Amino acid sequence: MTLVESTVTELTLKYGKERRQLLPILRGVYEKFHYLSDESMVEVARQLDISSAEVFGKATFYSFLSGSPQGEFVIRICKTIVCDMKNKKLIVDTLENLLKIKMGQTTHNRKFSLCYTNCLGLCHKAPAMLINNEAYTDLTPDKVRQIITSYKNR
Amino acid sequence: MKLSLKKVDLILGSYSNEEYKILFEMLSRNSDEILKDLIESGLKGRGGAGFPTGLKWKLCAEAVSDDKYIICNADEGEPGTFKDREILDRVPKRVLAGMALAAKVTGAAKGYIYLRAEYSFLVNKLQKELEEFHKILKSNNIKFNVEIFMGCGAYICGEETALLQSMEGKRGEPRNKPPFPTTTGYLGKPTVVNNVETLVSAFMVCRIGPEEFKKLGIQGSSGSKLFSVSGDTPKPGIYDLEFGLSLAEFVDEFGDGDTKAVQVGGASGFCVPRKKFNETTIGYRGGLTGDSLPTGGSMMLFNSSRSMYNILRNYLDFFAEESCGQCTPCRIGCQQLKNGIEAVKKGEKDPEYLNQLLKLSDTMKITSKCGLGQSVANSFSSIVTNFTEEMIY
Repeated sequence: MTLVESTVTELTLKYGKERRQLLPILRGVYEKFHYLSDESMVEVARQLDISSAEVFGKATFYSFLSGSPQGEFVIRICKTIVCDMKNKKLIVDTLENLLKIKMGQTTHNRKFSLCYTNCLGLCHKAPAMLINNEAYTDLTPDKVRQIITSYKNR
Repeated sequence: MKLSLKKVDLILGSYSNEEYKILFEMLSRNSDEILKDLIESGLKGRGGAGFPTGLKWKLCAEAVSDDKYIICNADEGEPGTFKDREILDRVPKRVLAGMALAAKVTGAAKGYIYLRAEYSFLVNKLQKELEEFHKILKSNNIKFNVEIFMGCGAYICGEETALLQSMEGKRGEPRNKPPFPTTTGYLGKPTVVNNVETLVSAFMVCRIGPEEFKKLGIQGSSGSKLFSVSGDTPKPGIYDLEFGLSLAEFVDEFGDGDTKAVQVGGASGFCVPRKKFNETTIGYRGGLTGDSLPTGGSMMLFNSSRSMYNILRNYLDFFAEESCGQCTPCRIGCQQLKNGIEAVKKGEKDPEYLNQLLKLSDTMKITSKCGLGQSVANSFSSIVTNFTEEMIY
């Protein structure tokens, strides 16, 4: 059994094989591999006994699921209006310089990915970003440097 | 009539460990009495659409089915809105109490909290709260179970039928209405989908009584509501304010002295320029046009250093990305509006082209399948007509 097969089996045992469990299962696969490979989507389809096109359609609908390999830590910077007004660009520049990648890219060691996201619901503490599930607010270049250093050491 | 800005502390105030005790006192009442209180209070949905909560519960209660569901919509995605996160973080017992009340009235035994992926950091705390909640329900012999269902990053899933599709393992594409979720909801069963704040408000209405609740606000828009204040303001944050406040007073309180415009209701709401602050009030009265504006609570202030063109482009960028792509007016319309204002700004199109774009946004309002496509015209036309020069030069 491949790692993909065993992961999906584990998830279907946990959640069940009903169609309504598709999103939790895809989330589980994503958390394990940091992306949804074609192979994993076909395997989910096989185990849930639905068409792989349905799984692909579902998976590509959501911005927090990705079809291409992501870093261990995905940094999502809010680009919606209030964060944009509160100098989001300075934060983006700082991150790009620190990680030596552009928005939408992943570092070579697969540790960090940088991307934009829509409103994080942290507008009163803008600019804001998420690193995986953690929220960071009232960002300044100094603060960003400290945060990234702490993640580099993890 | 001059109305004054009145701060209250209904939703988040005097929170204690007694919440569930108060809930059980309520649950010993007759369902019809609870419904009567809710309907009398005039409470309307706090997510922004403003459907009467009592009626929603009543419709679901009247539907005949063995299985019914209560869903707490915590997919708060409207730009500038963050009150639901604050509620879930600070008064989670009240959200669950509201769900338990809805379950009692409708006869549901299962509930879900649809939590947006961006709020994953709330999960552990909510899980702990749920464990305690289930334990207490069990010791009181009440059969009701609540689970958290995680979203995965899609604004449209805040629309109730898209949310249901998402939970059923499908793409989050809104359904045709009717049938409404109260009869044909999750897995085709009668379902109440309520915003986080609505559930807390319902619990508080039953707690203080409809008469006390109606003393807050103005006729047609009773009660208070949480406002998420952000943008160019010295005091961004969450404020519980009575309905019926005028925008002039709001700006007096929250503006930085140089407020040029206020966006009421997020990107899908209306942009009000300074000259209309005096004549604009916040509430459900008057429907979607006129001088009274509804809001899900998002209030973004812009001062004179801001370019309204950049603001509108940011919104359109947001809509073009978040449109589910299911219906043509919204899928193509959002992109065309965005390309259109860019072309006018660059001088590739004449300023008159803006009129054509306004017509397009009107068409989207009439022909789009769900609230997303229908409401793009709100911000588009209010910004383009009030700040035309900024769109051109």
